[in-house]
Amino acid sequence: MRRLAAPAAFLAVGLGLLVPAAATLPAFYESFLYLVLHWVALATSWSILSGFSGYFSFGHGAFFGAGMYATAMLATGGLPFLPTLPLAGLAAAAFGVAMGAVVFRVPRLRGELFALLTLAVTFVLATVVLNTRIDGGPGVYLSAVPLPRLGGSATGTLYVLGLAVALLTVATAYAVYHARWGAGLFAIHDDEDVAEVLGVPTYRYKLLALGLSSGLAGVAGGIHAMFVTYVTVAETFSIVVPLYVILMSVVGGARHWLGPALGAVLVTVLMYGVTGGQTAVAGRAVVGLTLMLVILFLPEGITGFMVRRRSNRPGAPAPRPVSPRPAVAQRRPSDTGGPPLLVCSDVRKAFRGIQALRGVSLEVREGEILGLVGPNGSGKSTLINVVSGHHRADGGRVLVGGMDVTGRDAHEIARLGVARTYQIPRPFAHLTLRENVAVAGMFGRLGHRRRTAEREAGRWLEFAGLADRADQLPAALNLHQRKFLELARALASEPRLVMLDEVLSGLTPSEMTDATRLVRDIRDRGATVVFVEHIMRAVMELADRVVVLDVGELVTSGAPQDVMRNPDVVRRYLGTAHA
Amino acid sequence: MPSFTLLAQSVLSGIFVGGLYGLLGLGLSLSWGLLRLINLAHFALAFLGAYLTYTLSTAFELDPFWCLALVPPAFFGIGVLSQLVFVRFRVTQFGSLLVTFGLTVMIESLIQWIWTADYRRLETVYGTASWRVGPLFVPVAELLALLTAAALAGLTWAWLRYTWVGKGLRACAEDPHIAAAFGVNHRRLALVLSGLSAAFAGVAGAFVALIYTLAPAQIYAWIGVVFAAVILGGLGNPLGPLVAGVVIGVSEALTMALTAPAWAPLVSFTLLILVLLLRPGRV
Repeated sequence: MRRLAAPAAFLAVGLGLLVPAAATLPAFYESFLYLVLHWVALATSWSILSGFSGYFSFGHGAFFGAGMYATAMLATGGLPFLPTLPLAGLAAAAFGVAMGAVVFRVPRLRGELFALLTLAVTFVLATVVLNTRIDGGPGVYLSAVPLPRLGGSATGTLYVLGLAVALLTVATAYAVYHARWGAGLFAIHDDEDVAEVLGVPTYRYKLLALGLSSGLAGVAGGIHAMFVTYVTVAETFSIVVPLYVILMSVVGGARHWLGPALGAVLVTVLMYGVTGGQTAVAGRAVVGLTLMLVILFLPEGITGFMVRRRSNRPGAPAPRPVSPRPAVAQRRPSDTGGPPLLVCSDVRKAFRGIQALRGVSLEVREGEILGLVGPNGSGKSTLINVVSGHHRADGGRVLVGGMDVTGRDAHEIARLGVARTYQIPRPFAHLTLRENVAVAGMFGRLGHRRRTAEREAGRWLEFAGLADRADQLPAALNLHQRKFLELARALASEPRLVMLDEVLSGLTPSEMTDATRLVRDIRDRGATVVFVEHIMRAVMELADRVVVLDVGELVTSGAPQDVMRNPDVVRRYLGTAHA
Repeated sequence: MPSFTLLAQSVLSGIFVGGLYGLLGLGLSLSWGLLRLINLAHFALAFLGAYLTYTLSTAFELDPFWCLALVPPAFFGIGVLSQLVFVRFRVTQFGSLLVTFGLTVMIESLIQWIWTADYRRLETVYGTASWRVGPLFVPVAELLALLTAAALAGLTWAWLRYTWVGKGLRACAEDPHIAAAFGVNHRRLALVLSGLSAAFAGVAGAFVALIYTLAPAQIYAWIGVVFAAVILGGLGNPLGPLVAGVVIGVSEALTMALTAPAWAPLVSFTLLILVLLLRPGRV
């Protein structure tokens, strides 16, 4: 039933909002209502990329303008008005995707840099439009374009179109928000690297979100061209569009599907409704003040504030299991001595001249626990980063289960069943524990549906002893619990290979006992474990085999006792014996 | 192909407008690079300064250069106040962009309320005076703007590099916690820097009033190109905006001379896009 509730609600709201069109209100009111819906569509379309994935764009004016000019060109060129609208959407989406295809390839181009870049792209597009035959300077008049009758009057028609695009946009935002790839976008928002390592195809998702966002803005722009009937570069590409869109989304809450629409209604009413004529200046001042106060007092917007209040309500405290136990039965018998699951041959990686890995070759057999040890800076974490696909190797090959994954994207490697934890836990800060873990279930090897993944996530949180905190945010956890969250997240994809980067460091002795038991449980459930560790007691206790790295080279490997007695290893750790 | 004189005059005017970009960008770069706050309201503040200069010069018949003694010190106070708000509410880097946009809209409304949306032109001897050097004209006001920009940038650079306060500020920008552990009072230094940055906006505003016709909507006209200069110049580097501003100004002027004036924005924004795409780590 819940699945039908949302579409039914959309239908009801849509039909309800059609009444003004049928009632033939005075044109002033229809225009005003059109403007409200226009901003609802623009703000909501903006949030599909920027609110959900955190790539704040200042370039929404470019997509909006691309749509506006596409309709202006096509309609004055002789095409009927309505067919130009999907074409306007396509033009804007094509422009957006072309930009994204370049921009999203550049790592670290996020936050304010992405914002500025998109703003610059807007100005470049504006300059090109102004100086070419698209506009040429004087602007484009659409007064001669015939407007088909959909409502009682011309403004009624525009109102109906505005309503259609606003509903389409909000429905799209709703669908994305609840879909699997919506969860992926929220993961990207919080930590893009981790999302990719958990199997989220970040590049494709960002591109898709940008395409949808810009396409919908383009359609809204196409309608708006007919509303203003006179399209100029200065008005279309002014900084006002992106700034108002951001203002509305932030006021309403950019992370919620309904937030931007709420904010748009609020701000538009403030702008056009309450004020008129002489007091327009005061109205703008009020808009500015609202933005300041909202950022200062409600940085997550109205919906963010409401969601937070709801999730902060104390739930019934469930007893925390003293020692974590596996929640699922054994999947595969461990068969030490099986075929190699992971093969690294002559792997090399340098960072600006520092050779972190100088040709490391090693094999990890199916079902074994391999301890990876070595002094600080020996390349252990780099090796994990290369195998998981976070870094691209400069040379050599990496094979997982016989498949060459050298140079593949991290999310593809994750889908082959490779998972990892981070030395300093990196939870998704704005997702609950359950959602954190569910991301792995959705995008890893299993590719669960969202609901299945969230149900399974509960079981993994129980496995890690965090079941009673499933609906809290990671900020509520201490270090030890964060490490266990890392583990739960790595395991939720039921990986074939788990790489643990110093899970034990910083834990108290009793917590460490819990953690070592957990690692053994993981292996007993059929996974192969590679763990980096400095704590030798744990290494000796857990590892079937130990590999020693130093200055990016493999020193030796073998059974833990043999390796620890190896004089070369002793020398590298403790220095030369002089006695 | 335009004549040599025209090209030379273009380069010259490019250098001058670049000086103004540098002057406007200086405060912006300092607060972004060293305080991690993106102060969009810098432009609105500069225009508020310009309008104040306009009124003080016309209504009170003050020499515009006396305004430099009045407006920047007052703006210093505004800068200190705004920093207190930022600290009190723990505004993030991105949040600062939005808050200061709100402030920009409010200042714009204030300007429109007091001075109306009509164009205002400050008529002074400086505005029209120019020297003739060979075949070229050197406008006095713009030359003064360039010299002021160079002097302020140079002084700020030396201040950051050689004084204890400057070193403390740079340490805080690297890592506020470690700096605090070594006894640097980040809060007080940040107040000084924020005040200074606002005062620079006042200085820039005085020159905007001398050189340009004022209108409230003009606030937004400068944002794009000055941001380009600030990012190209490297955040927190006082000399950066001036150097990058001159580069942008000259390339814009040459574009205008060789093609049409309307193509000019393409240069600065293409440069900005290229820097962001090719060297995002530098920013």
